[in-house]
Amino acid sequence: MKDRRAVLRDAFGVGVAVGVSGVAFGGTAAAGGLSVAQACVLSLLAFTGASQFALVAAVAAGGNPLPGALGAILLGSRNALYGLRVGPILDLPARLRLPAAQWVIDETTAVTIAQPDRRSARLGFTATGLTLFVLWNATTAAGAAGATALGDPARYGLDVAGPAVFLALLVPQLKEHRERYWVAGIAAAIALGTSPFLPSGVPILLSALAVPVVLLAGWRR
Amino acid sequence: MSRDTLVWIAILVAAAGCFGWKILGLSVPAGLLDRPLVRRFALLVPVALLAALTAVQTLTSTTGQLTVDARLAGLAAAVVALLLRAPFLVVVGAAVAVTAVLRLVGIG
Repeated sequence: MKDRRAVLRDAFGVGVAVGVSGVAFGGTAAAGGLSVAQACVLSLLAFTGASQFALVAAVAAGGNPLPGALGAILLGSRNALYGLRVGPILDLPARLRLPAAQWVIDETTAVTIAQPDRRSARLGFTATGLTLFVLWNATTAAGAAGATALGDPARYGLDVAGPAVFLALLVPQLKEHRERYWVAGIAAAIALGTSPFLPSGVPILLSALAVPVVLLAGWRR
Repeated sequence: MSRDTLVWIAILVAAAGCFGWKILGLSVPAGLLDRPLVRRFALLVPVALLAALTAVQTLTSTTGQLTVDARLAGLAAAVVALLLRAPFLVVVGAAVAVTAVLRLVGIG
């Protein structure tokens, strides 16, 4: 068993560092036209950053936000993979699975799989999840209320917070995978090429076609 | 249906879908979905969507037309911050600050 304090230190470190980023989400959400209540409900119920920013982007673009909701759901698919990873490690009883599921995201997975044994993993998962959940929701409310009070978000450059967040989430995933650079490049080209002609949100969904294109091209070789 | 109602529906649909993935991953017996192709697909889809979102939100106007303005400079600042391994909030803050300053002096 790893030292409890060492596990908690890891968990709080990750939880605090990422949890306070809720302020960027709250600010972007308010700048994009969501009410404070809408931003808070999204953080409470969706509780997965990239998907939340994606939905806000769709709302900000105007038009029907439902394609944006689909894009947000597609972006959340990686959490299913995380569940597959942490499920056997945590080995939760059925009654805890439903509440625990909400916390299965990038950061809790990273802390959980880094632990040497089950007790440490459960402690790390719970401490990271709780810290993140509390801070992310609190700072979402603060950011949304703050940005609403400021008014005219574009003047403060808040409209660039969304793309900056997406880029910050994207870059660590590229690393040295050539395949991923191709996917990113083709996806961006599809989205930019179709956005003058299609309703907002739809070009983002279409960009996912870059994945089968690159996978098929890889097989051919 | 009012715009506000539509946004609420979109929020609830997105939240339900996101929770659905999480509970699915935690409930499915190990090995059933855990195949190399499924894994590769699920890791690549976010890469595609994030790249598309970054590009569209930086380079298009509200009507979807391609356009270059202060946002591109803000994103360049974010790239520099990322290369310097700055924390998440600093990356976002740099982009916002550069864009705001450029607009303050009347560019973009």
